[in-house]
Amino acid sequence: MFVRGLKRKCFDGEEDIEGTLAGIKAIPSYNLQRQSLLDMSLVKLQLCHMLVEPNLCRSVLIANTVRQIQEEMTQDGTWQMINTQSTGQASLDRLVSTDILCRSSRDQAEGKHVPGYGTFNKDFGSDQAQDSSETMSTASSVQAPRNLQSNMWEMENPQENKGNFPKSLDQIFETLESKSPNSVEDLFSEVDNSYYDLDTMLTGMMSNTKMGHCDSLETFSSPTNTASNSNCKSDLNDLDHIVEILVES
Amino acid sequence: LSTADIISTVEFNYTGDLLATGDKGGRVVIFQREQETKSRPLSRGEYNVYSTFQSHEPEFDYLKSLEIEEKINKIRWLPQQNAAHFLLSTNDKTIKLWKISERDKRAEGYNLKDEDGRLREPFRVTELLVPTLKPMDLMVEASPRRTFANAHTYHINSISVNSDYATYLSADDLRINLWHLEVTNRSFNIVDIKPANMEELTEVITAAEFHPHQCNTFVYSSSKGTIRLCDMRSAALCDKHSKFFEEPEDPSSRSFFSEIISSISDVKFSHNGRYMMTRDYLSVKVWDLNMEKRPVETYQVHEYLRSKLCSLYENDCIFDKFECCWNGPDSTIMTGSYNNFFRTFERNTHRDTTLEASRESSKPRAILKPRKVCTTGKRKKDEITVDSLDFNKKILHTAWHPSENIIAVAATNNLYLFQEKIN
Repeated sequence: MFVRGLKRKCFDGEEDIEGTLAGIKAIPSYNLQRQSLLDMSLVKLQLCHMLVEPNLCRSVLIANTVRQIQEEMTQDGTWQMINTQSTGQASLDRLVSTDILCRSSRDQAEGKHVPGYGTFNKDFGSDQAQDSSETMSTASSVQAPRNLQSNMWEMENPQENKGNFPKSLDQIFETLESKSPNSVEDLFSEVDNSYYDLDTMLTGMMSNTKMGHCDSLETFSSPTNTASNSNCKSDLNDLDHIVEILVES
Repeated sequence: LSTADIISTVEFNYTGDLLATGDKGGRVVIFQREQETKSRPLSRGEYNVYSTFQSHEPEFDYLKSLEIEEKINKIRWLPQQNAAHFLLSTNDKTIKLWKISERDKRAEGYNLKDEDGRLREPFRVTELLVPTLKPMDLMVEASPRRTFANAHTYHINSISVNSDYATYLSADDLRINLWHLEVTNRSFNIVDIKPANMEELTEVITAAEFHPHQCNTFVYSSSKGTIRLCDMRSAALCDKHSKFFEEPEDPSSRSFFSEIISSISDVKFSHNGRYMMTRDYLSVKVWDLNMEKRPVETYQVHEYLRSKLCSLYENDCIFDKFECCWNGPDSTIMTGSYNNFFRTFERNTHRDTTLEASRESSKPRAILKPRKVCTTGKRKKDEITVDSLDFNKKILHTAWHPSENIIAVAATNNLYLFQEKIN
């Protein structure tokens, strides 16, 4: 059984006054913290690298974390609640909980979620709404990812219940395992086929997409550059390389 | 910062005279230790560039429409058997055997070709010469001798040369293969943990190494914090381990991140072959090969990060794979951390030191000052708070000279060499 002290553990790390005040205002429940972790993990699983095979070890570890959360939530009986949960009210609370849970600075915490989810929209890159650090605007934007995320699963499994989580998780591994040649592509096959069109690549749409990816990752994570961030930039060069190959052949 | 220059592996050869580094751009740079000479007594122990070559190129897997990175994941030297040096270098998919040889003489006075290399007309050859060897500027050539390809579906994380010096293993996320150095078209699969149904995948192989003396024994570590020791004599497929090393979990510190931080990023046998060392996210553990229940020693590398695990999960730092290494006598172990810090632990005295590899603190011949991370509220002078640590500056790769106190530390795209000061 998991110790209910998870909340306290994370909270113990924060010592600035701002954090304490925010904590007093709205101490996030363990459930909400856990939900944030679940959301973050799902985003991580889906934000795979398009050109290079995703790191299997990382994917497995994240998937195991998701399974743990899901198992605990099933035991708690909170899993069923997710489907019926209204997004509006919960999003604000969740925003706060994420803030406490994973803060390096307030701004990062508030800005990070939305661009990450935003890449799933068809409007890549510059079309994404710029995030202000104001709570209200981010609250309403956070609402969208919730729907988007469920929509993603739905698009993959139109017949299945939104709550049929394990199947979707397994699907990730199926596609990672590459039953079909384009494993990562299958994951998004319902989302946007033009992503992988030769024409799309050659006309440079991919680079725009990549830039959107990079921007989102930069704000998504804390001040440190993630490996995927630098990979994005090298991918632009790699993309040229690939275009060269394709053109030559 | 060019990402291609990021160093991805560092390895001394068996004598310590050569130090090889691999980088993200697929290049290998070899440094050679300068010999002490009477004319240059102060150049004791300096390493200078000996050879640079492009080991791997980026490839494109047309079947999967995925790129294969040229980044060098590991380099392992072969023991020297003649004048040339041999090393194995690998990227995610292909292992290559490189021969590095010196040429300092050139043959002159050929009969059939003239000085430019053009062929002579036969009727112009009026006398028979014996070609003579003339000295020339030292040239170091690297040539690929073997390419071991198409044996790994997943990303190669380790290679290890066997003590028989004839075979070596290569490990990817789910399989370990055994190769003979002379044979490139065939390898033997000795470990396979791929489940029949990929949906059931919960554990991957993270590192593997041959025992330094027993050529039938190797270990591999997993993402669940376990180590399996296998004996190749017992079965062709070593899916059943001979020994299983796992430390029971401390229930009081259980969290959602417990598994991730228990994932072993590196495993290294001690030189004497009696111990092995494993590195997980927060600690280094020394295991006695005769005791499977728990490690005999545990060293905390950066325990102050335990309360930051959520942030580190968010920015992916929690997945960083740190390596570790032993010194020659197996009395001290070393591993890296963030903010360009690296740590050494003396096993006998239990003394640990934190040092920094940075330009500011590393003037040539200057003595490194020990660093300290402030974990309590009050920061003393010269201490660094946890929040001001730079998580971009991570030291993942370090190496220790096999017999002397010289260490190589890779800090992103810079290589630092430190030597113990002898008064």
